[in-house]
Amino acid sequence: MEQVLMRIENAKAYYKLEKFSVRAVDGVSFEIFEDEVIGVVGESGCGKTTLSNLISMNILKPLTLVEGKVFMKINGNFEEISSMSREEVKKKLWGKEITIVPQSAMNALMPTIRMAKYVEHLAQSHELNERELLQKAEKRFEEVGLNPLWLKRYPFELSGGMRQRAVIAIATILNPKLLIADEPTSALDVVNQKVFLKVLMQLKRMGVVRSIIFITHDIATVRQIADRMIVMYAGKIVEISTMEKILQRPFHPYTQGLFNSVLTPEPEIRKRGIAVIPGAPPNLINPPNGCRFHPRCPHVMEVCKEREPELREVEEGSKVACFLYSEERT
Amino acid sequence: MKNVSFEVKEGEIVSLVGESGSGKTTTAKMILRLIHPTGGRIIFEGKDIWKELKDHESIKEFRRKVHAIFQDPFASYNPFYPVERTLWQAVNLLEKKPSNKKEALELIKESLVRVGIDPKDILGKYPHQISGGQKQRIMIARCWILRPLLIVADEPTSMIDASSRGGIIQLLEELREEQGTSIIFITHDLGLAYYVSDNIFVMKDGEIVERGHPDKVVLEPTHEYSKVLVESIPKLYRKLEGL
Repeated sequence: MEQVLMRIENAKAYYKLEKFSVRAVDGVSFEIFEDEVIGVVGESGCGKTTLSNLISMNILKPLTLVEGKVFMKINGNFEEISSMSREEVKKKLWGKEITIVPQSAMNALMPTIRMAKYVEHLAQSHELNERELLQKAEKRFEEVGLNPLWLKRYPFELSGGMRQRAVIAIATILNPKLLIADEPTSALDVVNQKVFLKVLMQLKRMGVVRSIIFITHDIATVRQIADRMIVMYAGKIVEISTMEKILQRPFHPYTQGLFNSVLTPEPEIRKRGIAVIPGAPPNLINPPNGCRFHPRCPHVMEVCKEREPELREVEEGSKVACFLYSEERT
Repeated sequence: MKNVSFEVKEGEIVSLVGESGSGKTTTAKMILRLIHPTGGRIIFEGKDIWKELKDHESIKEFRRKVHAIFQDPFASYNPFYPVERTLWQAVNLLEKKPSNKKEALELIKESLVRVGIDPKDILGKYPHQISGGQKQRIMIARCWILRPLLIVADEPTSMIDASSRGGIIQLLEELREEQGTSIIFITHDLGLAYYVSDNIFVMKDGEIVERGHPDKVVLEPTHEYSKVLVESIPKLYRKLEGL
């Protein structure tokens, strides 16, 4: 039985603007287990980037945690991280328990700061010995295939692929329990994408990184490493399943449509064809009533227009939020 | 670009595939008669588009027959006008124009329905008020009105939501089925190229390094670059090796 590392309970995170709110994450509950790789997929505007901000407790106005809680296991005890102050979050969580590899990670490093400086900053924020941490960094660089001498250089002196490795190495020096990767490869060419995945999995095998939550619109990429997948639509989770299950037997009509829209150079794709889903994802200020996917769903029923389906287990390892799989089915 | 040669037949869909800097966009601009080639010729319907099409009338006719659909749907619209303006412009380019405004509007509405849009949803709206997918569909409605012989589509779906892509691709395929339109897709996405094309041309550093039927290019690549490309692309039905 997997151990739970993080639990998100009915979290609602909205961007509260003067006249209205953008309901980016609107009632989301799930768990992240220790040592798993979990993918979060969805299109632009589904709330997945807000979710990554929520999980990392990077909640800056106008983003507001309107409801719900986030718990994380720290030193063996579950703590309610959603009630921590920003100071506490910086000291206790960031860099230590949770680390983020952001979008376009290789451009995340300031070109005018030598990489060793980041390590020094990290040491200062967590009151650790700078020299010791630098030694750790040098060792980590070696472990990911970088000459430790690069630490003394500027980011622009490295190639894109090398910078990727450097960013991951520095981000994980303190062996965080959870690594959050938000669209880390979308700006990379295919070859560098593979390098990134390779380095990530290498660090995981080494035990340096424990759990990974990989947030992306690119299903074919996350599928390479994910144990489980979460599919988001319009601020809600519509399906959670194991990787094999969701590829073989996606339950939610949106998951089916989304996965059948993926185009890869494989013969199976030409046979399968491409799904045609009418309409477009709704805006999160005024999402549709009932099930948010109902205006585009090929299997829409009356109940779907009025009530929101709950996320429920439909088979072992698969949860879906859809009336097709409950007693409400007409 | 160095010595790029290829042919596109009537009703054929081909893709120029390459990373940024490969020369694919430059090739597209040359085909659209926007950049002068330094050497070689571009022949459309048997005529060299630079040497033989020089007067205003023949260039206008060329622009009627060869159309572009661009990557950024937002950039194709003037933000100060309602979106249907681009369709009115298309109607005005027709050789055989509708006899009155009412007929023209009917034609515009029909073109919208053809691309899966309810005219009520977009008429009178401004570009920022409609989705990227709708904007691209309207560009295709424009093609439906003008019936170009060739469409050059530069990353037509990369800025569209994944769930809307199938619809856009289907529309372009329908244009080929119904009007015999040829299409040149310019893309970095070998998956897309594999799915839609009759022929693929893989470009690197200004040259075509691999060409042929999609199955051949993807399942039996011969050039080092295409081999690495196909190997590195993450796939759905099989895992990448060496992770």
